[in-house]
Amino acid sequence: MQVLYGRHHVRVFRFGLRLVRDEQIAEDLISEVFLDVWRQAGKFEGRSAVSTWLLAITRFKALSALRRRKDVELDDKAANAIEDTSDDPEVAVQKKDASEALRRCLTALSPEHREIVDLVYYHEKSVEEVAEIVAIPENTVKTRLFYARKKLAGLLKTAGIERGWP
Amino acid sequence: MMATSKKILEQEPTEIEMLLPWHATGTLNARDGRRVDEALARDPQLAKQYAAIREEYAETIHLNESLGAPSVRAMQKLFAAIDGEPARKRSVSLDISARIARFFAGLSPRTLAWSAGLGAVALLLQAGVIGAVLVKNQNASFQTASLSTDQPITRALGPEAPPRALVRFAPDARVADITALLDNYHASIIDGGNGGLFRLQFGDRAMGKDEIAGLMRKLQKEKIVSLAVAAQ
Repeated sequence: MQVLYGRHHVRVFRFGLRLVRDEQIAEDLISEVFLDVWRQAGKFEGRSAVSTWLLAITRFKALSALRRRKDVELDDKAANAIEDTSDDPEVAVQKKDASEALRRCLTALSPEHREIVDLVYYHEKSVEEVAEIVAIPENTVKTRLFYARKKLAGLLKTAGIERGWP
Repeated sequence: MMATSKKILEQEPTEIEMLLPWHATGTLNARDGRRVDEALARDPQLAKQYAAIREEYAETIHLNESLGAPSVRAMQKLFAAIDGEPARKRSVSLDISARIARFFAGLSPRTLAWSAGLGAVALLLQAGVIGAVLVKNQNASFQTASLSTDQPITRALGPEAPPRALVRFAPDARVADITALLDNYHASIIDGGNGGLFRLQFGDRAMGKDEIAGLMRKLQKEKIVSLAVAAQ
């Protein structure tokens, strides 16, 4: 368990943190995730990578944690309401830093879009693995990421950054 | 041809456009990878979109890496919870019998009936062969078990321990692969984790030097094993 924890806990924490946006809750999440793994090790079928299994459990736990928090709704409207309020994309672009603005816009995506962007770009999961983690069909995975990227491009455009796409 | 990247705002994306992010992260299969490569080579608009994707990819990594790591508290909480769990004893034989039970449970009644029939036929054949051998050797003289004087008499001072080894698994080894390896070798982890090295014990009987060397060679050839050395 120590080896497994040592190898995966940081990525599990970051994935959880991006979903719940609260360090305390994210830390509680990883304890719960690995405890579940400890209890259910026999159920792991080995058909997917351990990290895929862990991320799927983390996602499930994160969504449950969010549901427990009465002040947080899962729809885009509420998610946007809990976005980082220190700087919006327009402010970020004033810093004349396109990379910084891009990161701000990535943070401003809806939870559904953030999740898929992170799974593909940061956790480097294939279409099949994302489908397994998020429990959606593979075609939905592809279209969801496409529209997440389109939303991102829209946010950047609003912030005054043109990247030539779309 | 510029048909690959459609006018995105108005139309549905093409399959190739949707695969671009996975091409950037290197997680496409070879066939799709080639399709995307070919499309990128002939469509500058698509190549432009791909450049934007590479920026998104880099910044997503940057953003996530800036999130830091959990405190020690999370680990302490986890291991305290594990310590509080009821003790579990994992038995290889139970594991194997569970697998056998699962295997048979997965068979259809018809397959099971056929298997049982074949088993009965095999038993009858075996009985026939044994009977034939006995009848053939009926005039053979009896032999009693006795001390063979041409073998040296040796006695171990104590029960010999089963062989042990220090094993490091490959970084991409999956838990399921490791479990399967342990089952195949009738091995159990008796100590581990320190520096990524695990102390494994093989079976429940002692082995000769050559046998242990052979075992280590076999282990070393396993795809998920990066190091295997005999140990005490």
